[in-house]
Amino acid sequence: MWWNTLMLAMRAIRRNLMRSFLTILGVVIGVAAVITIVTLGNGATQSVSDQIASMGSNLLMVRPGQRYGPGASAAPRFKLADVEAVHTQISGVAAVAPVVSSAVTAVYQANNWSTSVTGTTNDYFTAGNWVIAAGREFTEAEERAGKAVCVIGATIRDKLFGQQNPVGAEIRIKQFACEVIGLLKAKGQSAMGSDQDDTVIMPLRTVQRRLAGSVDVNMIMVSVATGTSIDAVKLQLDLLLRERRKIGGSEEDDFRVLDTRQIADALTGTTRILTLLLGAVAAVSLLVGGIGIMNIMLVSVTERTREIGIRLAIGALEREVLLQFLIEAVVLSSLGGLIGIVLAAAASIFLAGLMSVPYIFDPAINLLSFVFSAAIGVMFGYFPARRAARLDPIEALRHE
Amino acid sequence: MAGGASLIRLTGITKTYGEGQAAVHALRGIDLDIAQGEFVAVMGPSGSGKSTAMNILGCLDMPTRGGYLFQGVHVEKLSRDQRALLRRHFFGFVFQGFNLLARTTALENVELPLIYRGAPTATRHAAARAALRQVGLEGWEHHNPGELSGGQQQRVAIARAIVTQPIVLLADEPTGNLDTRTSEEIMDLIVALNRDHGITVLMVTHEPEMAAYAHRIVRFVDGRVDSDARQQGRA
Repeated sequence: MWWNTLMLAMRAIRRNLMRSFLTILGVVIGVAAVITIVTLGNGATQSVSDQIASMGSNLLMVRPGQRYGPGASAAPRFKLADVEAVHTQISGVAAVAPVVSSAVTAVYQANNWSTSVTGTTNDYFTAGNWVIAAGREFTEAEERAGKAVCVIGATIRDKLFGQQNPVGAEIRIKQFACEVIGLLKAKGQSAMGSDQDDTVIMPLRTVQRRLAGSVDVNMIMVSVATGTSIDAVKLQLDLLLRERRKIGGSEEDDFRVLDTRQIADALTGTTRILTLLLGAVAAVSLLVGGIGIMNIMLVSVTERTREIGIRLAIGALEREVLLQFLIEAVVLSSLGGLIGIVLAAAASIFLAGLMSVPYIFDPAINLLSFVFSAAIGVMFGYFPARRAARLDPIEALRHE
Repeated sequence: MAGGASLIRLTGITKTYGEGQAAVHALRGIDLDIAQGEFVAVMGPSGSGKSTAMNILGCLDMPTRGGYLFQGVHVEKLSRDQRALLRRHFFGFVFQGFNLLARTTALENVELPLIYRGAPTATRHAAARAALRQVGLEGWEHHNPGELSGGQQQRVAIARAIVTQPIVLLADEPTGNLDTRTSEEIMDLIVALNRDHGITVLMVTHEPEMAAYAHRIVRFVDGRVDSDARQQGRA
């Protein structure tokens, strides 16, 4: 009975190909919209977490922070001694790097480029997940003496050297010449949208003396060893820095510890909520598509009253007519779901390319949308189908 | 044609639409016996109740009162689905307006009752082709009703009615929409079905020329059987 009814439904759909297509258009668009939005959202989330991973995972960034309230003053900066204390007194730390930055213009021959210089130690490369593509890191002697050497990012190489090998060349920064000893492997955009490769890295002492003119440290980067609890390190860090900065028991911290995991959670959380919201809107359009199916099925029942009369007269049971119309609706809506899935794949791949986010096929949402579209067929097909099944054969045969 | 066990027995059938003052009495007590293999023409002016009687005979409608025995089964006590099964297995219907499915080939139209019987595809095709051959439409299997003449459409309808090898063929003004020559062809076909296959035929008509083909003419007037006459000659 099922097979025969399915065949009857397929025949009815084939008989009205154009109308069948228009009927399912709403579901096609609804399913395509839901899947495309969710797929792109997943891609965006993935790309954000990739970018954060490229900043260095398990990374803590410690900055001096303002205290609020009466009698507040600018928080003091860190000193190199603080960095060393973190390094020696806190367990479970893979790398600790001080950071001093300064905005400068870098010049090589006729080319110049505005960028920022970071003064730090070799630990910075470890903590920030940087890979030296060519050349080398700083030597201990260079760090201690504050020599004018630098490792440059891929963007600086492009802007100043084009395709040339920069290692060994000298670039001019402010009033001094600086030898390029290394080139970093490109990382791309950061999670906040800035170009991470637009950077020049020098030994800490070089920047402090020649650019900053102080012995302050702007930020301390702490890379937590794998297998160690980030929260435990954070706690130790907090206690140590409070002690070193002489903060009383009831006072608030005058520094802030940022955690890349936190940033990651915040950012991916935002894209997830956006995806959910847009997906919900698209789901409503899918529902509207279902109402479209009900509308057309009702019209179809009225239009085919005579046909239903014939079927009932030659001995179709009420449930067979019900099943035929129900299956017709389900086949239509599932077909719409399938077409929507194909359409969504094409649209997602195209749009993912356009928005430069990765295309990630999500089987769950595809399956869910398909099942949902079939369910819509049952939901909105039932009422018209019941109406058809309950027709009086005599009345139906008389219908013009 | 005398004798034969009673296939259909109507006793005291009434049909009333509406209630009280507005009640319309379509049938006011019908008693009718029809034997297996008979060819009965039902005549009468419009509003005489002949269509209502035919609907009840075809198990499409239920009497308000009275009994309908079909092959010993009390039809008036059956549910809607049970009556549908009865129609499926024992009745074939031919209508004045042909009532074929549009945009559906002759073959598929004829197959339709077999689909509800759950016949396998091959059986269905073979039976439908045989039925179309029987009504003289070999070679027209894949034409849609719109491409067929009125007479051909009625032949398809007859093929659909007989494809299940029914016991009873109910024809409601089968020649009402056809010209005289085509009407005669259709009547010859119906006569042949009755004569050669023993199908009991109940035919509503208001044309005496068509009624003349039958063994027996039942005339309805005002919701009652006015006359019931057997005629000799045609058989």
